[in-house]
Amino acid sequence: MDPVLLVASIMVSATPILLAAIGEMVVEKAGVLNLGVEGMMITGAVIGFAVAVSTGSPVLGFAGAALGAAVLSLSFGFLTQYLLSNQVATGLGLTLVGLGLSALVGASFEGVRAPGPGKLWIPGLAEIPVLGPMLFRHDFMVYVSLLLVAGVWAFLKYTRAGLILRAVGEDHESAHALGYKVVRVRMAAIFFGGACAGLGGAYVSLVRVPQWTEGMTAGAGWIALAIVVFASWRPLGVLIGAYLFGGVTVLQLNLQAAGTNVPVELLSMSPYLITIIVLVVISARGVHGAPGSLGRSFHASA
Amino acid sequence: MKRRTLLASAAVGLALAAAPAFAQDVPKIGFVYVGPVNDGGWSQHHHESAMKMKEHFGDQIELIEQESVPEGADAERVLTQMALSGADLIFTTSFGYMDPTINVAAKFPDVKFEHATGYKTADNVSAYSARFYEGRAVTGYLAGAMTKSNKIGYIGSFPIPEVIRGINSSFLHAKKANPDVEMSVVWLSTWFDPAKEADATQALLDQGVDVVLAHTDSTAPLSVLEKAGGYGFGQAADMYDYAPEPRLSSIIDDWAPYYIDRVQAIVDGTWESHNVWQGIGDGMVGIGEITGPVPEDVKATAEKMKADIAAGDYHPFTGPINKQDGSAWLAEGEVADDGVLAGMDFYVEGLTGEIPN
Repeated sequence: MDPVLLVASIMVSATPILLAAIGEMVVEKAGVLNLGVEGMMITGAVIGFAVAVSTGSPVLGFAGAALGAAVLSLSFGFLTQYLLSNQVATGLGLTLVGLGLSALVGASFEGVRAPGPGKLWIPGLAEIPVLGPMLFRHDFMVYVSLLLVAGVWAFLKYTRAGLILRAVGEDHESAHALGYKVVRVRMAAIFFGGACAGLGGAYVSLVRVPQWTEGMTAGAGWIALAIVVFASWRPLGVLIGAYLFGGVTVLQLNLQAAGTNVPVELLSMSPYLITIIVLVVISARGVHGAPGSLGRSFHASA
Repeated sequence: MKRRTLLASAAVGLALAAAPAFAQDVPKIGFVYVGPVNDGGWSQHHHESAMKMKEHFGDQIELIEQESVPEGADAERVLTQMALSGADLIFTTSFGYMDPTINVAAKFPDVKFEHATGYKTADNVSAYSARFYEGRAVTGYLAGAMTKSNKIGYIGSFPIPEVIRGINSSFLHAKKANPDVEMSVVWLSTWFDPAKEADATQALLDQGVDVVLAHTDSTAPLSVLEKAGGYGFGQAADMYDYAPEPRLSSIIDDWAPYYIDRVQAIVDGTWESHNVWQGIGDGMVGIGEITGPVPEDVKATAEKMKADIAAGDYHPFTGPINKQDGSAWLAEGEVADDGVLAGMDFYVEGLTGEIPN
């Protein structure tokens, strides 16, 4: 088994859930639980595919996916933030809507081939032996996803806006009393989360598979949701969680392909097993890191 | 509660009253699918075959379809509804519909049922399935002939006899083309997950495999092979979009001839229950056109193999064949019987790895 190829394919395999999870983390940091990640991802997958096919440009495809899924997520935002609907139920509804909508939009795109983004070799770095082919010869979205994680980390840690977002998520009553626009901040976070999920979906349909098939995200959105918890709502944790999950998935396929005599059942369940073990460890430590107002509706008069 | 019952009975009554008025003497043929009719695989192929059947008969019959019906209690409701609405023959096209079909059939002795891939039958229930392993002999042969690295890969869905038969048949015939060939099997525990299928294909390629056979439903493996290099095959569908490269040929589910045959029996009033397992010869298993870089002699051999299987001159499981552990299974010239094939749960000699259970 070639470790260089292995690391390279882990990065590709992990990118969709990394994108979706970092977006969802921001949403949850703002105190909103949006379970509709799967629905937004699949919407992004179909819109990204449709735009890339129509325009011939994968970059426009990703932009369209981000915008489309973000607009869809605003419907969730409107229902939960203005009409105060239950976030769990609305999020699940969003997933169902996304799956149905994408099937409808995608019907005419089956069997069509999309222009995928080419590899972007980072000048200089790509030439480094071993590390070059491992880390620096990917399509541009892999780098975008990493930059996004770094950006979210810096935003939450160092900026005033990031501080406000965290305050809104920790205690929306206090944040409101201080004069911050709770609902507006949350709508912005929901929009950002939708855009990230859309990018993740488009990565599946434009790079990883690359084609459109109904239901093609196949549960990646749910894994992204789990990774946010796994990461204790920390950007670096999200990165580790996504790469770990993507890594174990790819590793088990590689071990099978290499004909190792490890039982297939054990290999197949290993990603879930590791997720559960980490969750247990986190719970045992007693530090969850969940934002204080997560999932609670806010109304100024309340 | 009472009013609802009343409304429901009124609706059923109306349906019953309306049905004969519209469908006078025209047999009504129903189809029930487990997935959406555009899933690109299993359900789509039953649907397309049903459409061909409808085209064949035109106004002689009426076609009703119901897609995305979950197996279990929902299936019983849908089947009951179809039977009540006056269907004469109902095709239930997924393994999990077996018991619902038998249950509903018992309540409607005048309605005929045809269940795909099951084994239970009744006076008004037939079972039908396809010998896909015949097609996999041909694609396996092509895989063995076309590999340059002597390594081919197989993406398995679930470790059920149908899939294991396909793996064994592919491997045995890849060996016939190339005695040095090795085959890696990757199990995915899903029929349909394009991202996982893509990752599995990539993992096989990373291990030096250059021809990939798949028993999962999406076109993702071909899509990856197109990008990364390597050859593959259409599965369930022709997937001709990927020709000439990376697609070499394909194994196609073609139910249309069977559907036409059975509906004809309804039209003629000669329908009788049976349990059939049809292959290339009956037209239920199709082999897509062999395209691309396949050399003429390889193509000719593959086509002869297909013709011999169709004519009944050659059985893909003909001895001598040993089991994986080296114990003898079929003696020289001996042909596997359907009972063993139907329950096949072992690899043949030369395959590595274990079958999950």
